[in-house]
Amino acid sequence: MDLVKKIAIPVAAIVAFLAFWEFIVWVNGWPNFKMASPSDLPPAFARYAGLFVEMGWQTLWRTVAGLCLAVLFGTLLGMAMGFSKIARDALYPLLVGFNAVPKATLVPVIALIFIGQHDFNTVLMAFLISFFPIAVSVGIGLSTLEPEYRDILRSLGASKFTIFRKIALPKTLPEFFGALKVSVTLAFIGTNLVEIVPPHGRGLGALFKSGETNGDYPLMFAVLIALAVLGIVLYYAVVALEQIFAGWAERPGG
Amino acid sequence: MSAFLIDIKDVTHAYRTKAGPLPVLDGLNVQVPEGEFCAVVGPSGCGKSTLTRLVAGLMKPDKGEVWLHGERVTSPRKTVGMAFQNPVLLEWRTILDNVILPLEIVAPRMPQRDRVERAMHLLEMVGLKGFEGKRPSELSGGMRQRASLCRSIVHKPDVLIMDEPFGALDAFTREDLWQTMRDLRAAEPFTCVLITHDLRESVFLGDQVIVLSGRPARTQHVLRVDLPADRTIESLYTPEATAMLHLLRDEIRRAQGREGAVH
Repeated sequence: MDLVKKIAIPVAAIVAFLAFWEFIVWVNGWPNFKMASPSDLPPAFARYAGLFVEMGWQTLWRTVAGLCLAVLFGTLLGMAMGFSKIARDALYPLLVGFNAVPKATLVPVIALIFIGQHDFNTVLMAFLISFFPIAVSVGIGLSTLEPEYRDILRSLGASKFTIFRKIALPKTLPEFFGALKVSVTLAFIGTNLVEIVPPHGRGLGALFKSGETNGDYPLMFAVLIALAVLGIVLYYAVVALEQIFAGWAERPGG
Repeated sequence: MSAFLIDIKDVTHAYRTKAGPLPVLDGLNVQVPEGEFCAVVGPSGCGKSTLTRLVAGLMKPDKGEVWLHGERVTSPRKTVGMAFQNPVLLEWRTILDNVILPLEIVAPRMPQRDRVERAMHLLEMVGLKGFEGKRPSELSGGMRQRASLCRSIVHKPDVLIMDEPFGALDAFTREDLWQTMRDLRAAEPFTCVLITHDLRESVFLGDQVIVLSGRPARTQHVLRVDLPADRTIESLYTPEATAMLHLLRDEIRRAQGREGAVH
């Protein structure tokens, strides 16, 4: 029953959304070069099924690679900021400034620096756009650790590393996963910012671009839906990891 | 070599703040013989918590010396247990794993089976048998504090330092825990420093009660509690105990600088 509810409710919401979309297009009498409707999508998917699988895979692995880099770098940066006030004071303005720069403006810069390195550029952008939330939340998680938690182990003569491993790290995990959920969706934006620029020409972003070039609007909308599906899949993968590693943070009945 | 297990000699300490140095301890002397229970009372903010951090070796005093077991304390030692007002249990561990935590640090080679046996023995003594598999968030405040007590003595420390461990509990739960504490002490001898705001608690648990003056704290008064070791809550209503409580109350009033005032 619970499982049925858990699946039935979101599915019903999605169906309602698609019906609403179909209705809006139908009631306005929009042709599909103005706004495609959900019923245009299955044929588009069917026609380009092979391309969707290939391009979807391209987008997925680059996004995941960028995310992995973001987790690694963001965690290290967060640790530096969490443990050292000097690092915190020094890095915060830089980080906030960097995050405020619209990443779309970086696409031509990156494309020029690493000319021809399409995979690298795409992964780099996914990483650049997604490490910030991780760094900030790990930093805050570590720096707000109550001193008593540290004292319990420190009074036993435990090393800094032991304290980190036994207390600081697990205690920061809920914040880390919260940030990772934000980063997942950001990373897709990063990947597509680069993919959509013609010379990089691979992945779902490129498929979108080719739909635009050929005036194939249903294809463009189908790409957007495919991106949304990938985003949902990756998001729930993170939720599953969170359940495994930080499930304790969920209060019973909460 | 000192005759006392805990010997705090002439300790003076000040915190550096933006508004200049803030003296918290001024020539403080505390002596606790082995196996004794020393309760420390004093006005709010008089530096009692600083005292616990000094004994635990978590900080060094500006002046004076802290000795444990005839050794000068300059850094944390494995033979100390700590309990705070906040039970600070690790939410991601079960109660059993929380109690075992100190053993993972001080006895890394101890077999897991022995650790579990030791922890279960303590949990049973404090009445938490059957709750070892629960998470801290599933327990009441009093039960969490019981688990915290088990954790603070699981590695058989020879000094237990408690900083208002029962301060956040309701009066009845608190009295329950006093009795648990008394029973633990009977079963497992340790020397204890208890920081508290509760005069009844200090008389019920203490062999001596030290009254600190207001900040910066000095030893203002030392009271020997000559009640039998097997005290009950009823013992607090005897004339001797009442006289002690009156005396402590007057001392606290003096420490607050309100001598002679009627309250």
